[in-house]
Formats: sequence, structure tokens, C-alpha cells
Amino acid sequence: MTRIALYLNQFFGQVGGEEMANVGPRFTGELVGPGRALATLLEPGEELVGTIICGDNYFADHTQQAAEECLGHTRLAQPDIFLAGPAFNAGRYGVACGVLCKRVQDELGITAVTAMYEENPGVDLYHSDVLIVQTGQNAATMRDVLATMLRLARKLRAGEPLGKPRDEGYFPRGILVAELAEKPAAERAIDMLLAKIAGRPFRTEVELPAFDPPPAPAPVKDLAHARVALVTDGGLVPLGNPDGIEISAATKFAAYSLADKDALDAADYDVSHGGYDNRYVKQDPNRLVPLDVARDVEREGKIGKLWDEFLTTTGLANPVNNSRRLGQGMAEHLLEAGVEAVILTST
Amino acid sequence: MTPVAEMVGSHRIVQGNGIVHPLGSAESSPEEERRLRRRIFEKALEALQTEVDKPTVFS
Repeated sequence: MTRIALYLNQFFGQVGGEEMANVGPRFTGELVGPGRALATLLEPGEELVGTIICGDNYFADHTQQAAEECLGHTRLAQPDIFLAGPAFNAGRYGVACGVLCKRVQDELGITAVTAMYEENPGVDLYHSDVLIVQTGQNAATMRDVLATMLRLARKLRAGEPLGKPRDEGYFPRGILVAELAEKPAAERAIDMLLAKIAGRPFRTEVELPAFDPPPAPAPVKDLAHARVALVTDGGLVPLGNPDGIEISAATKFAAYSLADKDALDAADYDVSHGGYDNRYVKQDPNRLVPLDVARDVEREGKIGKLWDEFLTTTGLANPVNNSRRLGQGMAEHLLEAGVEAVILTST
Repeated sequence: MTPVAEMVGSHRIVQGNGIVHPLGSAESSPEEERRLRRRIFEKALEALQTEVDKPTVFS
């Protein structure tokens, strides 16, 4: 009998949405969410013995504790295979899946597989440690993804060699495998170049990293005379969201005045962000855009001038290229305003 | 979420007090909460004035 355990977040585990993102780990022997689909994919001799569910915020805010508790549940369930997710493009969920798979395989010696979208931060953090199946951005392909996770987990557990990442559908782990090619590298490179010139499709053999961070900006020399701005990607907007900043995959940012304000008044603001429980920021927007303490610091002369507006957008499920474009737009806006330093608060 | 900030190449990173209120604390008294906010904000000011050459978490 091959025993299989599944890890899900509170949403896929059907505990609740963002308002339940703080629940700690729990174990259930019942089939929930993707577990139902998974059960139909099992072969004779395989059994889904249980599902561990944890809230995304609980895991992100108490990672060590959450992982320990999940490991405890896993030990008790005694699985042979541990599947986490799929997390698709959910960032906190993806990171939790990565953490757990790594620890489950390293510390408990159990075969572990997860799945997520290529821009999920969990991919960059864990692709070299954990087998991560490639998915689309959302749950439309759930069944196919689960089938791939199972197929690869069976191979891993049996000690069978895996095929190439792009043939098997997982993210490269940075493992080099020697093989005989039909043509030498020079000929393959020339073939690719000719294909490129002719506009024919070709596949590179060396994927470039997706992130290309700029060099570190120099420190601010004289903060007491510098103009400092507040920026957030937590979706804080004036009541009524006048510029229509989207709650997810935002296409724009906006600047709103802070002139003559000593603190942000909860009555004037709303949150346009579908990725975290907004109650606490709505109660007191200074918890996201810390105007009250920034004014104190300005009065005390520790910063020269707090810029008279804050910039805001929604950092959720946004393709990297789009986020980069928004960031460049913000930077240009701030440079024009003569801002020398930015404090960006993120949820 | 500081590992994510490091991974994407943010150079000066300060850990907030939770995803739902990076500069707040719903459980604390208003005075304590404001002191916490001030502490995190001042840490950010310290980071802005510090030379770094790679993603760095200030704690």
C-alpha cells in the first residue's frame, strides 16, 4: 500500500478565504478540495491517507512554528508520498509548499512533490531543492497538474530516472546530466541562429534567469535634508477608489495627497487588494502607510521633508513585466518630484 | 515575506509586523502600536543611510 498525504492552504482546503488565512495547521482524513480529484487518479494499492491544511498568513507569519506543526501531522499520517498544492500563482501558498516539501523530504525521508506557476516566488526559492511541477496561473488545469504530480512522485519514490524538465513538466533543478547529443554544440548553436533569423521556433539550451535586479542604490547621505516619499503595494486608495486600481494584477498606480494631514483617517480610505485580510488596514490605514510616525520624524528634523503625496498600487498576482513597468513609472514620478528616498510598505 | 523581497532583488529590507498590517499590531494598545510603528519606520531610515551591495535584511 502506498500512503499519500496532501497539503492545502485554507482556501483549497475549504476552510475559508482570506478571512481564514490565520488558521493554524489542522489534519483531516476527509477528502477536501483537490483531494477529491486526487482520489480519483489513484491506482490500486494507493491511498490518500489525509490532508494537512494551514492558513497562508499563519504559515507566512510563523513559518518555523507552522512547518513544525505540519511536520508533526505528516509524521502521524506516515505517508510514503507527500504532495503539496498545486499553489498556481498564490505566492504565500507557494512558499509554504516549498518549505514543507523540502523539510518533509530532508527530515522525514518522504518523497515530496509540489506544483506552481513559473512566477510564483516559491519556484525561485525552492526549484533546486524540491521537485516542482509547472502549472498555469489558475486552477483550470487542476486535474492534469495533480496527475503529473502523482506520476513524478511515483517515479521518484521508485528511484526511476526522471526525463528532462521540459518533457516531464517540472522546473529545472539545476542538475546537469551527461548525454550524447546528435550534433556538436557549434552545429546546434548555428541551427538555432538560423532558425532565429528565419523566424522559426527554436529552444534554447540555457534558460536565462528571470530576474535582473539593478545595482544597489547609494545610501542617502543627508537624510535630515532629503525629501522622503511613502509608497505602498498594499492597495490603499481613497474611499470610492477614484482611479479604479484593480484588486489583482493592477495595471496602474496612483498618487494621493498627504498635504495638511498628520495621520491617515480611516474614514477617508479603502483597500483595493484581493490578497490579504484588509480589516486591520481599514481600521487604521497608518498600519500600511505610516503617515503618523513619518510626520513625527519630520517634525523632529530627522528627515528633511515628507513628500506631499503617497504612491499606491496593488501587488497581487501581477506578471513581472507589468510590475516592472509600474515600478519604472513610480520611479519617474518620484524623480520628477525631487524625491531622494522612498519607504515602500508591502503586505 | 522577506525571503521574497531578497529573491526579487530589493536591496534594503525591513521586516514588518505581519502581512495584514506591516506597520501595525491589532493586539497592542494604541500607544504600544504606535511605538512599534515608529521602531519599524526608524529601522527603515537606518537602512536608507546604510551602504549595501546585495539584498540585505535590517533587523
